[in-house]
Amino acid sequence: MSAPLIDIRRVSKVYGRGDVAFRAVDDVSLRVQPGEFVAVMGASGSGKSTLMNIVGCLDNPSEGQYRFGGEAVESMNERELAAVRNRRIGFVFQQFQLLSALSAWRNVELPLLYRAATDRRRLAVAALASVGLADRVDHRPTELSGGQQQRVAIARALVTNPDLILADEPTGNLDSTSSGEILDMLKRLHAAGRTIVLITHDEHVASVASRRFLMRDGRLQEAVAA
Amino acid sequence: MSLLRTFETGLRGIAAHRLRSILTTLGILFGVAAVISTVGIGQASSNAVNSRIASLGTNELTITGGSSVSGGVRGGAGSAQTLTLADVTGLSDSSNAPDIVAVAPENQTSTTVINGSVNSTTTVEGSSAQWLTANSRSLAGGSFFTTTNVANHALDAVLGSTTASNLGAGVGSQVTIASTPFTVVGVLQSSGGAGFTNPDDVVVIPITTDQDLLVGQGHVQRIVIASGSAATVGSAYAEANQLLLQTHHITNSTAADFSIVNQSSFLSTAQSVTTTLTLLLASIAAISLLVGGIGVMNIMLVTVTERTTEIGLRKALGATPADVLRQFLIEAATLSVVGGILGVATALAVGVLLPHFTTIGIAITPLPVVVAVGVAAAVGLIFGVYPAARASRLAPIVALRSQ
Repeated sequence: MSAPLIDIRRVSKVYGRGDVAFRAVDDVSLRVQPGEFVAVMGASGSGKSTLMNIVGCLDNPSEGQYRFGGEAVESMNERELAAVRNRRIGFVFQQFQLLSALSAWRNVELPLLYRAATDRRRLAVAALASVGLADRVDHRPTELSGGQQQRVAIARALVTNPDLILADEPTGNLDSTSSGEILDMLKRLHAAGRTIVLITHDEHVASVASRRFLMRDGRLQEAVAA
Repeated sequence: MSLLRTFETGLRGIAAHRLRSILTTLGILFGVAAVISTVGIGQASSNAVNSRIASLGTNELTITGGSSVSGGVRGGAGSAQTLTLADVTGLSDSSNAPDIVAVAPENQTSTTVINGSVNSTTTVEGSSAQWLTANSRSLAGGSFFTTTNVANHALDAVLGSTTASNLGAGVGSQVTIASTPFTVVGVLQSSGGAGFTNPDDVVVIPITTDQDLLVGQGHVQRIVIASGSAATVGSAYAEANQLLLQTHHITNSTAADFSIVNQSSFLSTAQSVTTTLTLLLASIAAISLLVGGIGVMNIMLVTVTERTTEIGLRKALGATPADVLRQFLIEAATLSVVGGILGVATALAVGVLLPHFTTIGIAITPLPVVVAVGVAAAVGLIFGVYPAARASRLAPIVALRSQ
């Protein structure tokens, strides 16, 4: 068995102190091998977003160890975390999070601005082409449909060729047709060898993943295959 | 992130929020332009005062009748009638006062001068033939009335250049003063300068005629005397003082019924007034620059709040706190510097246009330009730092959720 990409051991995230202390993530362990497609399900308030922040190196855990691709992440400072996010993780958010003032390719280019990258336009245009938006390169987000906007966001996640795609409710703001397209795209990326972690409250959406976990009151358990 | 790319990102941020950027720039622009032009206007008026001092020379003394300032309880200078034409004659005597080269009595009356259908209210001065020398003035045309003319109560008038053009009169014209027809015998060379009275708006007539028609017999308001040079003005003062004390039979010099002042001392007062005025204008302008700066800070704060999601996203995509700080700093500094440069351009344009359309002079000097632009840049940086530092510390997740 190869080394896991994500190796989370007994991680907790505690907010507040003493009597009012709240364990948003409570003693969670999770291993994800390269190439796996993992879904984390949970109702709102279950702690799945907090877990996603830890997995995505957006936040440090209060307790426990987290090694991402062999790097000890739990002790990193903000600057080092930023570098890990930039080099190794591609984010897809529920709200798309595109900058409305920038064209599609300028949005896709963003992560390349924070690393030594030449040829940024070519890379951005290639990433847009890979999600089927070669003809929308210079469009503003407001000129695109919701599904197209989310595809721009996926292109932005792919442009750095990351080790992990972390998708947080990627279909939460989309109609069923667009949702289907986005999920198909995630499946294709998985088939092409990408490691994907998908966070969702929707069991149907989670069904595209090969392994499913359920988050409840801060604790994580593997769901039995449906 | 390389500096070049940080610049690119910052500039793109400015371009993406055009209206806001323009408003910020305008705030700085007007602040800087106001500072430079008000200081320029102040500078110009103090230059004018300085040039008047230079043109008057320091060889002139004015003797005013009545109480001296030290009298305190007595009326102000000129309030009593103590100077006479005999004093003028005495001061003109070179054996008594060898350092006094010119003596001119002066009576000033504001009255209407008529030339045909045109009339103008101006200052009529009754004086002697030595008026030109005593006042360091010269003629542009014609001649000045002579001592003989004065003795003959001649109806001769010499016009200042402004008065001449106001009346449409020249040498040989007939003008009417106090219902009496005068012949214009000369026109004065313009002395320029923008003091508190216009030295070119004047009509000079023989003092004898003046006493007949306007001020009454024996009236001498003041006497202007000139020494040969600035070096002898001190001894001219002493001679005049000595002579007048003697002829007025005053033994205690503190009880003198006249006072002698160097003309430039009036102007140094005027100069200090101008300086105070310049300071006042400049401080109002500085406040407007400060307000502009607070505007930048305000807009940067709004920007940061509005763009919290953008900051969160950029941090999620790998921007370090330093990257975010630099991006916002560059935005703020660029707006301030561009505003500063446009402000300088505006001030220069005002400097060129103002004298064309108004009589206000403006002298733009390098110092206020450097200071105003420096302050604008500093204001942008300082006021940009606080919101930018706040923005850079936001946790990416908090920022992303703020939508």
